[in-house]
Amino acid sequence: MPDPVRLGGGQGFYGDTPRAVEGLLAEGIDYLCLEALAELTLAILQKDRARDETLGYTRDLPRYLAASLPAVVDGRVKVVTNAGGINPAAAAHAAKETAKALGISGLRIATVLGDDLMTRLGPLHADTTSRLANLDTGEPFEALPAAPLFASAYIGAFPIAEALAQGADIVITGRVADACLFLGPLIHEHGWTRDDWDRLSAGILVGHLLECSGQVAGGNFSGEWWTIPEPWNLPYPIAEVAADGTAVITKPAASGGRVDVDTVRHQLLYEVHDPASYFSPDVVADFTSAQFEDLGSDRVQVSDVRGKPATDTYKALLAYHAGWAGETRVAFSWPDAPEKAKATAAILAKRVEMAGIEVREWCFEYWGVDALGGPTVPPLAPGVEPPECVLRAAWRCDDERTSRAVGRELVPLALSAPPAGLTGMGRGMAGASTELLGLWPTLIDKTLVDPGVTVTVEEI
Amino acid sequence: MARIALRELCGYRAGDKGDISDVAVFAYDDETYAVIVEQVTAERVRALFGSMVRGDVTRYEAPNVRALNFVLRGALGGGGPKSLRSDNLGKTLGGALVRLEIDVPDEIAARRRPRPDVTWADAILDALPQS
Repeated sequence: MPDPVRLGGGQGFYGDTPRAVEGLLAEGIDYLCLEALAELTLAILQKDRARDETLGYTRDLPRYLAASLPAVVDGRVKVVTNAGGINPAAAAHAAKETAKALGISGLRIATVLGDDLMTRLGPLHADTTSRLANLDTGEPFEALPAAPLFASAYIGAFPIAEALAQGADIVITGRVADACLFLGPLIHEHGWTRDDWDRLSAGILVGHLLECSGQVAGGNFSGEWWTIPEPWNLPYPIAEVAADGTAVITKPAASGGRVDVDTVRHQLLYEVHDPASYFSPDVVADFTSAQFEDLGSDRVQVSDVRGKPATDTYKALLAYHAGWAGETRVAFSWPDAPEKAKATAAILAKRVEMAGIEVREWCFEYWGVDALGGPTVPPLAPGVEPPECVLRAAWRCDDERTSRAVGRELVPLALSAPPAGLTGMGRGMAGASTELLGLWPTLIDKTLVDPGVTVTVEEI
Repeated sequence: MARIALRELCGYRAGDKGDISDVAVFAYDDETYAVIVEQVTAERVRALFGSMVRGDVTRYEAPNVRALNFVLRGALGGGGPKSLRSDNLGKTLGGALVRLEIDVPDEIAARRRPRPDVTWADAILDALPQS
């Protein structure tokens, strides 16, 4: 049993680069953890699965595996990933095909199932304590605006530990909570028990720090970001975690980036709501108890993490169809750029109305003025004009055809609107459309989920 | 005393969960942390964001890392995959929050963080074939 265990955060989202794997393997890690899912990602995967039922997993998985399988075969590393998305069985199939194409055999691939609640929402609605009410707004399930398209519970780390105990080299899951991908190997290696709240909390904290790859090592960093070394040479993080939960966060020496207490604390609070009670499937972690110490050379020690007992529920996420959106951009230059942009927004809306096209919601943004900051942006001082302004118009309609029709009302304005001629629309022109999905977070009693969670290990 | 924007003294990071935006601000010393705990209230943050945030704002303290975390409900135009906003995940709301102004003793105001120096980017860009 290695002590400490070395975990590598090789992926922070669907679309991250598989080239991360090479640097982590060169540095030496025991587990390569690939975190592929976000709320938005599940929505993207749902659209894939709706088109083709053999999809619904993150399709860059084969490239990550191609980069790591030679080291897996050599027994140097194991891979844990939630790339299964809303179709882990299909992801496992893709993994087998990848191995076959590389001429690799003798691998044990584990699939964790049971997070998908889609087929039993009816009974769950009747039986679960929350009645599937919206966790954020309190709305009852009956208020869900359209039929659910996917429903996944955020399950925990113990099924991963079980898969590893059964000898898995690669563990593929669906909607296992991000940080639990990292906690699973720690439970397996260190023998942490289900009620060892402080150790589980330490593992969740480590997982939370690593799950967004470069964000713990100088990415998206608001400190002196311009001083980060070689920011193009992306840093993928490593954690060395001892059996008592004490950990060192670091990165491959050959990469860019920076790991210090400042970069680490910025990630500590990322998307956690209450840092004293960070809810995970396996423990309620108290991130305010953690102590951080700069060891120098891009190494930060984390210790003293405390945890509280896990709740009786898993968070689950449902999504529903919420219409179609389109958007376009038009640039205006000085003089009077914001006024021209605003007038063009009104002219577009008026033409759409005259054409009888029904728009449910508009969003007009004035880039270069207040597109991102909205009401937080103070008005310009008198006499100060921005040198240019881009109007971004977005709209929501009930169907795709209507959404496309909105964009077409913009094009004739090229010769008949405030000057000067629909500059900056780009070669895509107006109105590419996107399906919108609404999210519905809820809570599910663990007793209604756990019996359905299965771990299957297959040797190929 | 001096009135200065939080951006002069604090770091920031924002993320999303559904239609909720989490925005954290980070002080660089104990004195500044004490000032932001006192002055950067949930009420002031709520007022700063105005019509951008439809629901409540809750503040959490993390003294171990000298940080405050603000949870802004109804802040993302319906949530990532439904929002029409270009910043549908609210990644820029950290920058928006540090516009907030605080009153600090002159010795704290003197700890203003430096402005970016990106001459290294000029060196890269200047070497490119550009029209």
